Amino acid sequence: MQDLLIFFSNPPLIVQAILNGLVIGGLFSLVAYGLALVWGVMNIINVAQGEFVILGAYVTFYFAKTGYSPLWSIPLSMAVLYLIGWLVYRTIIFRIIDRDLFTSLLATFGISILLQQLMNLAFGADVQIVDAHLPTLFIMDHAVAIPVIRLISFILAFVIAAVMVLFLKRSRLGQAIRATAQNERAAKILGVNTQRVYASTFAINAAICGGAGALVAMTFSIHPYIGLPYTVRSFMIVIFAGIGNFSGVILSAFALGSLEEIADFVLGAEFRLAFIFSLLVIVLVWRNWRLGKKREYLK
Amino acid sequence: MKSSLQKNLYGYIICIIVGIFIPLVYPSFVVQFAFAWLFIVMALTWDLQGGQMGYNSFGNIVFFGIGMYTCVVLQIIPFFSLAEWSEGGGEKTFTHTNAQYFRGLLLGILASGFAASLIAAVLGSLILRMRGHYFAICTLALGVAVGEMVSGIEILGGGSGISVPVWPEAAGSIDNRNLLFYYLALGLFALCFLILQLLLRTTFGGTLNAIRDDEDKAEAMGIAVVKYKILGWVISAFFLGFAGAITGNMVGFIDPIDVAFAGATYGVWMILMVIMGGKGTLWGPVIGALIFHVFQELFWTYLLGWQRVALGALIVIIVVFFPKGILGYFQTRSQVKNLSRST
Repeated sequence: MQDLLIFFSNPPLIVQAILNGLVIGGLFSLVAYGLALVWGVMNIINVAQGEFVILGAYVTFYFAKTGYSPLWSIPLSMAVLYLIGWLVYRTIIFRIIDRDLFTSLLATFGISILLQQLMNLAFGADVQIVDAHLPTLFIMDHAVAIPVIRLISFILAFVIAAVMVLFLKRSRLGQAIRATAQNERAAKILGVNTQRVYASTFAINAAICGGAGALVAMTFSIHPYIGLPYTVRSFMIVIFAGIGNFSGVILSAFALGSLEEIADFVLGAEFRLAFIFSLLVIVLVWRNWRLGKKREYLK
Repeated sequence: MKSSLQKNLYGYIICIIVGIFIPLVYPSFVVQFAFAWLFIVMALTWDLQGGQMGYNSFGNIVFFGIGMYTCVVLQIIPFFSLAEWSEGGGEKTFTHTNAQYFRGLLLGILASGFAASLIAAVLGSLILRMRGHYFAICTLALGVAVGEMVSGIEILGGGSGISVPVWPEAAGSIDNRNLLFYYLALGLFALCFLILQLLLRTTFGGTLNAIRDDEDKAEAMGIAVVKYKILGWVISAFFLGFAGAITGNMVGFIDPIDVAFAGATYGVWMILMVIMGGKGTLWGPVIGALIFHVFQELFWTYLLGWQRVALGALIVIIVVFFPKGILGYFQTRSQVKNLSRST
């Protein structure tokens, strides 16, 4: 309670938390956008979302070791993850696409464990950071620190998101994806190769995660087991905003990011994960309770 | 119907008899056998929920962990200060006498199931109103959330965990300890299997199946679905709490993330065992748990370093290629046979 008072009587702390929250929110909204895409088009909730993010982060980590600026590795991360996403679809996901949601949940949960363990073997369990060698800006009498890399991450997250939205709106494949999401059978009859559409959707989602992962590597630290929190955050954002509500996704991502920073300060860093996961439970219970008054439930 | 009841009864009795004598035949595998019974209990409790009630939970591990922590706390607090015990190396300054150890153990194990049930009732009344994948994701988050919260509580040892009281020297060698926990695990299985099977033969079982098959219709028929769902969860948490208490004492050290609230190991395994054996079948969870246990021991022995990768792959393979499980496969085959015979 005292921490809460200290926090709100201290403007630099508030500004810092909100700024950090905006950056984090930008990254989360990317991951959430990918999740909503796969969910909306294929009716699959991809629990391995966070592992794709971390895989993208590791691509950047190894790219940065060559000495080039890690910023250049964003397209590389996206390309590598596109291929991985395609591979995962072709080996596993296409077999479960017609099954019930629990099967796909459990299967993607299995993929997530598999990827975690493979990453642990391949890259080691150590916490890694990527240094982009960029300065830190200070505002408000040196009370608020803004690393330039966070600003760049924030902007790039929006560039990636904007490219994806344009791609879905304008390109032929994007149109095919939206058509399949609306009515799979009709799309098939009109000559859309839905299997390819699904494969591309899943791969594009992986690529988005890869891009987000590259930014995560430069802004935060990474290790093989930190994927699940990203999945949960993105799921929470989608629940909060609804599938297909793009501005809602961005807004709730910002809200979540800032809230997380405040909770970090008030509760202490050791409760950060506990806070995120309990928040998801609370959000779900609350939304379901609201619907329950109309004798409905979350569908 | 009567013959099937008899057959199942014979199967049950054979299980118990084998269970009583097998540690005498292979004394060096007692711990593995005990884990086999505990795995079967985990699978049975998950199947009551996932198989019979149709509510696929990723978070039943919460009750396992709560049972474990309840037991260890009750083993300590009647005799020593919990805060001093859970300090680094604190457990070395205290030793339980023979009488203290067994009194604490009895109290702890008895209470663990009830504590888990209580938590299940509270949580259930909140989240069992959700359905389908929302329920599944919510329980997934719940499992991680509770684990993370407990690892932030200093008095329970925080993230570095808490030790379980050491077996007192006056009670004989460590073999005696293993035997005791083996028979406790066997007893738990005997109780759990019997009670669950008797319950499933009553209207209660029918109600759970009705909820699984069509919840809206069940509600329209006048069944208070939420009440039954909570009751189902409470029963499954009850036995899982006991299983957690026994497991904690066998492992000897409770780490909040890797032992008590281990969503990535025990938490998924219990689902996997049920799916391997066949969801919603009588013997499926038992067979699935046994086969899974063999797989797991083989992975740990022959694929060291790769064992967790192999388990992840196993999850994917089973879910993708064998979603009906072993008993489900045979059931479908016999149904097809009967159909072709009747036409």
